[in-house]
Amino acid sequence: MTNSTPASKGPLIITGLVLLLLILHQDNWFWNDGTLLLGFMPIGLFWHACISIAASITWFLATKIAWPLDDSIESNAGEGQE
Amino acid sequence: MEFHPGLPQLIIILVYLALLLMLGLFSSRLFSGTKEDYQVASHSIGPFLLLMSMFGTTMTAFALVGSSGEAFREGVGVYGMLASSSGIIHSLCFFLIGVKVWKFARRHKYTTQIEFFRDRLDSDFIGILLFPILVGLVIPYLLIGVISGGAVVQSLTAGLAPDLFPVMVDGAPNRAFHGGVPPWLGSLVICVVVLVYVFFGGMRGTTWANTFQTLVFMVLGIVTFYVIADRLGGQDGFMANLKALSESVPENRVTRVEMSKTKFFTYLLIPLSVGMFPHLFQHWMTAKSANSFKLPVVCHPIFIMIVWVPCVLVGIWATGNLIPPKPPLPTNPNTILPFLVKTQTGPILGGFLAAGILAAIMSSLDSQFLCIGTMFNNDIVTHYKGKENVSDKQQVLMTRLFIIGIVAVTYLLSLGNVRSVFAMGVWCFSGFSALFPIVFAALYWRGLTAAGAISGIFAAIISWGILFYQGTQVPIEQGGLSKFALHLPIGGESYEIMPVVVMLASSLVTMIVVSLITPKPKPETLAKFFPETAG
Repeated sequence: MTNSTPASKGPLIITGLVLLLLILHQDNWFWNDGTLLLGFMPIGLFWHACISIAASITWFLATKIAWPLDDSIESNAGEGQE
Repeated sequence: MEFHPGLPQLIIILVYLALLLMLGLFSSRLFSGTKEDYQVASHSIGPFLLLMSMFGTTMTAFALVGSSGEAFREGVGVYGMLASSSGIIHSLCFFLIGVKVWKFARRHKYTTQIEFFRDRLDSDFIGILLFPILVGLVIPYLLIGVISGGAVVQSLTAGLAPDLFPVMVDGAPNRAFHGGVPPWLGSLVICVVVLVYVFFGGMRGTTWANTFQTLVFMVLGIVTFYVIADRLGGQDGFMANLKALSESVPENRVTRVEMSKTKFFTYLLIPLSVGMFPHLFQHWMTAKSANSFKLPVVCHPIFIMIVWVPCVLVGIWATGNLIPPKPPLPTNPNTILPFLVKTQTGPILGGFLAAGILAAIMSSLDSQFLCIGTMFNNDIVTHYKGKENVSDKQQVLMTRLFIIGIVAVTYLLSLGNVRSVFAMGVWCFSGFSALFPIVFAALYWRGLTAAGAISGIFAAIISWGILFYQGTQVPIEQGGLSKFALHLPIGGESYEIMPVVVMLASSLVTMIVVSLITPKPKPETLAKFFPETAG
């Protein structure tokens, strides 16, 4: 996956997804909604638990298409130490 | 054989602390004797240990007791305000700041933030300026941990020795604490245990202990949730209990009707603080490779969810009508979880929960003690004496001596009347968040100048001081310092915002303006940090 996405587009995609997460985080639409999903889970809490899961997925994608340090740079950094 | 109430809890706490000591002492057997090994475990920490140590360090006692307490007081909205926001922003900081700073640190051999800033900005003064600010913001955070630890041990061992440790209110025993191990003793034992494993094990011992403690508080949080649901629900089956409990909760706790939307939004800036935590910076330096950051970046939001969702549910259940009327609920929301454990479960789970809460507290304390000791040695003593004049062995010794000193000072401060320090929590975080633009610009903006960074830091601290003073003027009945918010009038409406907005904006604007009008950094300095755009 790292190689299939052009390097310049990866960070843009992740920036877009993080901005989307931040917008979805401000869920005014569930502010006064007391619905209990599955009979026990307040919908506002459920939404934000989903935000947490979506954040993990976004960061997983970031490690695949927008990781800031490639292996060659990394090994050079390590050489400085050893 | 007669068992005192509180004895099983005390035994479990002592066994847990003994395990930690053994772990710290065992890790010291791998210590190679160098400063690098003591302070950053020779950059040998892989993805799993890095994930657990970073998560344990960022989650304090607040993750267990504070989350349930705040949910009790404010409802489910606290999850979005404090937890899901952190899931996005913390990983963003690990990704944008942690990985990049790790690269420079490996290349130029930095262990502390100040070493990085001094080099990046070619300024010695920035170190002198940042040192007291960083230490000053960490100390209240340390105090919260030490004081909370003592209070938790006392509460969960109540009844153990009423003759030895009486706690009376108006001539009658205070049942919540009467006979429990007193806070001065509980805090002392916690400080000594953390000191021993940090002193002997250094960063390796701290990382191992953090990993163990993170596993402990995550597992115990889930077990506690299950048992409390089972006892309070009174139904057949786990799902039936969950349904009964959530249906008993009043409307204002399953919604956010009483929460300000703008305050909720501006709270997003608070988790930026992790970008400037000196203790987290030092954990980043332990990573074996840049790829070691991948697991923490991905798993951190899910781990926050695993710890917080059960605690928030327990907190809102405590507002429902399935809570037994006797004994009455405590007035302090932060004691809701220990109270429910004590009244709804047995002494064994009580002991384990105490261990879990202590785990969350100690997994932050150890990193903070180590980091302050490291900063004293690297940024003050060795920096001014000259690296060539101080051997590795002397530096390890000095780091250890400074750790003893800071543990002693923290403990002595915790004995004073400093209950108000709890209100300082969000202010410490706000202070670190206000410094975030400096670290971000240092990594991503060639135009940042030493004068710009120094002015930005002054702007952050001055605005922090002014707002803090205003916060102290808020009467306790109106929530005091911890509830202070600003009101932004727009179009006839007043919008509540967190003080961190003003602090961060002051620091950001000042840093940019001053950087634009002051001389640029030397080309050789820029080439060191921006090789791809050099020339």
